[in-house]
Amino acid sequence: MIEQEFDAIVVGAGMSGNAAAYTMASQGLTVLQLERGEYPGSKNVQGAIMYADMLEQIIPDFRDDAPLERHLVEQRFWVMDDTSHTGMQYRSDDFNEAKPNRYTIIRAQFDKWFSRKVRQAGATVLCETTVTELVRSASGKVIGVRTDRAGGPIYADVVVLAEGVNGLLGTRAGLRKMPKPESVALAVKEMHFLPDEVIEQRFGLQGDEGCVIEAAGTISRSMAGLAFLYTNKESISLGIGCLVSDFAQTMESPYVLLDNFKNHPSIRPLIAGSEVKEYSAHLIPEGGYKAIPQLFGDGWVAVGDAAQLNNAIHREGSNLAMTSGRIAGEAIIEIKGRNQPMIRRNLALYKTMLDKSFVVKDLMKYKDMPALIHTNSRNFFMTYPQLMSQAAQNFMRVDGTPKIEKEKATTAAFIKARSRWGLISDVVRLALAWR
Amino acid sequence: MTMAVTKLRVEEKLYQNRYLVDPGRPHIKVRPHERPSANLLALTHICPAKCYELNDKGQVETTSDGCMECGTCRVLCEANGEIVWNYPRGGFGVLFKFG
Ligand SMILES: Cc1cc2nc3c(=O)[nH]c(=O)nc-3n(C[C@H](O)[C@H](O)[C@H](O)COP(=O)(O)OP(=O)(O)OC[C@H]3O[C@@H](n4cnc5c(N)ncnc54)[C@H](O)[C@@H]3O)c2cc1C
Ligand code: SF4
Repeated sequence: MIEQEFDAIVVGAGMSGNAAAYTMASQGLTVLQLERGEYPGSKNVQGAIMYADMLEQIIPDFRDDAPLERHLVEQRFWVMDDTSHTGMQYRSDDFNEAKPNRYTIIRAQFDKWFSRKVRQAGATVLCETTVTELVRSASGKVIGVRTDRAGGPIYADVVVLAEGVNGLLGTRAGLRKMPKPESVALAVKEMHFLPDEVIEQRFGLQGDEGCVIEAAGTISRSMAGLAFLYTNKESISLGIGCLVSDFAQTMESPYVLLDNFKNHPSIRPLIAGSEVKEYSAHLIPEGGYKAIPQLFGDGWVAVGDAAQLNNAIHREGSNLAMTSGRIAGEAIIEIKGRNQPMIRRNLALYKTMLDKSFVVKDLMKYKDMPALIHTNSRNFFMTYPQLMSQAAQNFMRVDGTPKIEKEKATTAAFIKARSRWGLISDVVRLALAWR
Repeated sequence: MTMAVTKLRVEEKLYQNRYLVDPGRPHIKVRPHERPSANLLALTHICPAKCYELNDKGQVETTSDGCMECGTCRVLCEANGEIVWNYPRGGFGVLFKFG
């Protein structure tokens, strides 16, 4: 189909692939980008909060025409048990700034926009094309790809694997291992539509202001998991995700968890009367620093979720994807500029640059969190939420019991559930992992 | 909660979605087996599209029409060869309107 040989082939038109393709094409490299979906975004799922700074570094004036939903002025963290939530809430008018820091987006629309920018920058973008195989030279260097379209292989100096968390190509070619069930979460999500004035009223918002809720607790039935509710302009994205290993062990059905979350007395009134227009599911890489695979080799680099560059603790992924895509693109431009071949030794520049960025530094900071949360999920997601709710309720109910006795009862409940030593060790380990 | 109610619910959910099914070319296959492993059996509960079901011989079967291509079953059951997983042909499969 395509005779030309390219400077770079980018597999995937998600956040990382678009960032890489845009960066390279706008510097004059010949770029072919291949996407298996009917249009960019048709296979992609996100919560979705988008971080302005990382996009601004790629497309500084993105606010002029990117499809943005609401800029965030308020975030709530909820610890839930079956009938209550204990919450922390932060809201600031400072977030009503000229160039807001975080927005909600709808991925199918956002990815289409980003892809338009990639085309305008000069890349060739082919959708409805699944890359089926990497083509390698006799020495093993990746020299191109084969697709499910008619015609032979397509060649390039370097292939950017931006294929997302379930990346078949890299794992089939033996460039990295398949993600382990304990290092990926399965998330299910629904889109609930409501008139914008109803959303604004229910969450106390004005105009384009947005509010997000992240919730953990007994809603994940003792599995390591998190639920979310994000306000868009005329819809609410809502979902829940837990580790695949935990799902396999408990055999809980994700759609039952989602329905229970929707029916929770703290959530139900927020979505009452909404019309559901989509149900989706996707994996999220949660293994953190220790799960990062080999990122480069002869003729290839891996970016974004395909490289497990995702910060599950902070619910950040798209920004790590965009940044790793941009940096991979910049490294390739640099190597090309020096007229050097796209071999392992030279492509190591990508890793060197990535290590200096927030992407690897952030993941390094939380390198012990995934293991801790995984091995303690029952305490963190069942026992503690229930105890917190009991403690708060005990504190708020006025029933003639002296306050000192209430405090003692709360402490006793914590110790009974977890033992003094268990509590102390959980706190210490959490602090060490968080540090 | 009974199985019937749960199943009905998922089908209602999937009904909202857009799919372009590639007739006669399922992208996921279960290898024939006598007894399913624990992971394969788990898929009958945890696949978010309920694509896996037990037949009356106690073996696991799949119909991938409602599949959302999340990859959960691949992560659990591809490495040991219990299932064969491929992406649908370009353009086919689930088409998220919002994602
Ligand atoms: C429920 C959920 C909520 C999330 N919430 C947030 C959030 O609020 N904020 C945040 O920053 N991050 C969030 N994330 C994470 C974020 O979505 C990902 O980190 C990000 O999308 C990764 O980008 P990517 O480009 O690496 O992969 P993707 O966006 O998954 O893109 C991969 C692309 O490659 C294509 N592809 C794959 N294989 C092939 C092939 N063989 N041939 C052709 N094309 C192929 C796919 O179709 C897809 O378009 C969330 C994720 C989920 C699932
Ligand atoms: S990929 Fe996901 S939705 Fe599709 S069959 Fe496997 S588990 Fe089910």
